[in-house]
Amino acid sequence: MSEPLLKVSNLKTYFISKYRTVKAVDGVDFEVQKGKVLGIVGESGSGKSMTSLSIMGLIPPPYGKIVEGEIRFEGVDLSKLSEKKMNDVRGNRISMIFQEPMSALNPVLKIGEQIDEVLIRHKRLSKSEARRKSIQLLQSVGFPRAEQIVNEYPHQLSGGMRQRAMIAMAMACEPSILIADEPTTALDVTIQAQVLDLMRDLKEHTGTAIVLITHDLGVVADMADDMIVMYGGQVVESGTADDIFNTPLHPYTNALMESIPVIDEERERLTAIPGTVPSAANFPQGCRFAERCAIAQASCHEKMPELRELQPGHLVRCDLA
Amino acid sequence: MDSQVVQGQVGKATASVAKSKSPFRLSMERFFHNPLAVAGLIILVLIIFITLFPQVFTHYNPSTPDIMNTDSPPTSLHPLGTDASGYDNLARLLYGGRVDLTVAFAAAFMTMFLGTLYGGISGFFGGWVDNLMMRFVDVMLNFPFIILVLVMESILNIASEWMLVLIVGITAWPGPARLIRGLFLQLREQDYVIGARTIGASRWRIMFRHMLPNSMSFIIVLVSFQVAGYVGIDAALSYLGLGVPLSVPSWGGILSTTTDYLTMTTEPYAWLPPTIMIVLTILSVNFIGDGLRDAFDPQSQA
Repeated sequence: MSEPLLKVSNLKTYFISKYRTVKAVDGVDFEVQKGKVLGIVGESGSGKSMTSLSIMGLIPPPYGKIVEGEIRFEGVDLSKLSEKKMNDVRGNRISMIFQEPMSALNPVLKIGEQIDEVLIRHKRLSKSEARRKSIQLLQSVGFPRAEQIVNEYPHQLSGGMRQRAMIAMAMACEPSILIADEPTTALDVTIQAQVLDLMRDLKEHTGTAIVLITHDLGVVADMADDMIVMYGGQVVESGTADDIFNTPLHPYTNALMESIPVIDEERERLTAIPGTVPSAANFPQGCRFAERCAIAQASCHEKMPELRELQPGHLVRCDLA
Repeated sequence: MDSQVVQGQVGKATASVAKSKSPFRLSMERFFHNPLAVAGLIILVLIIFITLFPQVFTHYNPSTPDIMNTDSPPTSLHPLGTDASGYDNLARLLYGGRVDLTVAFAAAFMTMFLGTLYGGISGFFGGWVDNLMMRFVDVMLNFPFIILVLVMESILNIASEWMLVLIVGITAWPGPARLIRGLFLQLREQDYVIGARTIGASRWRIMFRHMLPNSMSFIIVLVSFQVAGYVGIDAALSYLGLGVPLSVPSWGGILSTTTDYLTMTTEPYAWLPPTIMIVLTILSVNFIGDGLRDAFDPQSQA
């Protein structure tokens, strides 16, 4: 396999206050290959979003900190870059879109002004050049009347339109990596499909790799080449999306797959995983999933299992798998 | 059925006409639909017009006494009478607004400018910067404001309206600074601010380009209430003899010269008009402030 575009190794992002330490991300490793889609799956509180914010260098101060690990991107460790150097990477080489298109655009600035800003900042375009490019970008994400949209305010657009405007903004500098943090969660189903199609198209045209963070397994199955499953701030399973969907090895992944409702089956209740994610301030000593695991044994509660490569390229953090 | 369809089309048509109005424009439209606020605005504009062009309404100079007619009751010559020195009350009333309004507006803008800058920086950076800056605010909030006026005036021996503005400006900013700090703390966590960081915008750019315009509505409302407050403060200080010199006409100044029992009971024509002017000004500014607050409030219905 060629050199990965982004290599995260042993990333630990903690929130340290006087009273407690919250281990939001606790030793995560993954790689993003050039032009591929990596899906990161997990429940709320599993550390997916904090992983992406760590890559962007945007962990909320003053308590949040990357305490260990490396984020190697194009030969540099992003976690060691100065704020100023990091600002040249953000929006330019790596960009990000958010879950809530409603609030991610500045309500008092016109759409065009917000896209111009990225281009002027990173590409040093003049105002009129930036505006021309912004209109092109909006057309490329499927706005038929882009010349008018640039002069409109976010409140005049629908949720799906705003998410597309966000994507146009994120793609403005043709980044190597687009981090999409639950890009479709706030949209309704038909718009979800449109936005996903759009992201796929853009990926094929520009060769941008995508890190797709979601708790929607359907979206991952649809989009991702590789995937990792996160639980309690750790990777519990990683491999190609095909491998994991065909032969899920970790009991948590298994349980996730089983909780997807099947359309032809009549069932009284949806299958759910009992319990909740353990608090990141207070993880158990052994396997973090043991409490909710159907096949857990006494040893699971005592010793944290290592991530093992069971099949080539398919890793799992479970001693029983 | 038909009418419903037509209604739907009308709705669409107006929606497309209403295209590309900035949130600020929309708020202003809401403002101008509020009768009380518009009334306040009209009264304030009238008052400002009078104080800007008092010579339209009187040919007397407020600083030239009519020695032949001191302590005169209202006559055709002096519609509001004259005071003990022979100054024309109407002329002093008309010219007097200048001092009060200048002090109120200038002091409000100055406190808001300082408060926004200070509170904005404090709230944006947060952490220990915020902690340190806010402790200084606590000290300033406990500062004996009236004593400072007294000390400054006796040291510098200048009693002028700009002195007042300066003193109010440098002592009254901590209140607004606290409010703005709270607002910035809140705005800092907004997705679009984090979004601006993800595109590599610098801190100052985020503050001035993304956060400040979003706090503008809040700041404007605050300014209007501050103005109302300082019309009052100037009158109160003049009343204590700490305002502008008596030779300069001001509403507060007129009031302070009419506080003796005799004038109060026998010459209402001397003190009632400036009182009414002060009350009208404060009321109209407050109505405008209320109107602005409602207009900018996203929860209020259009």
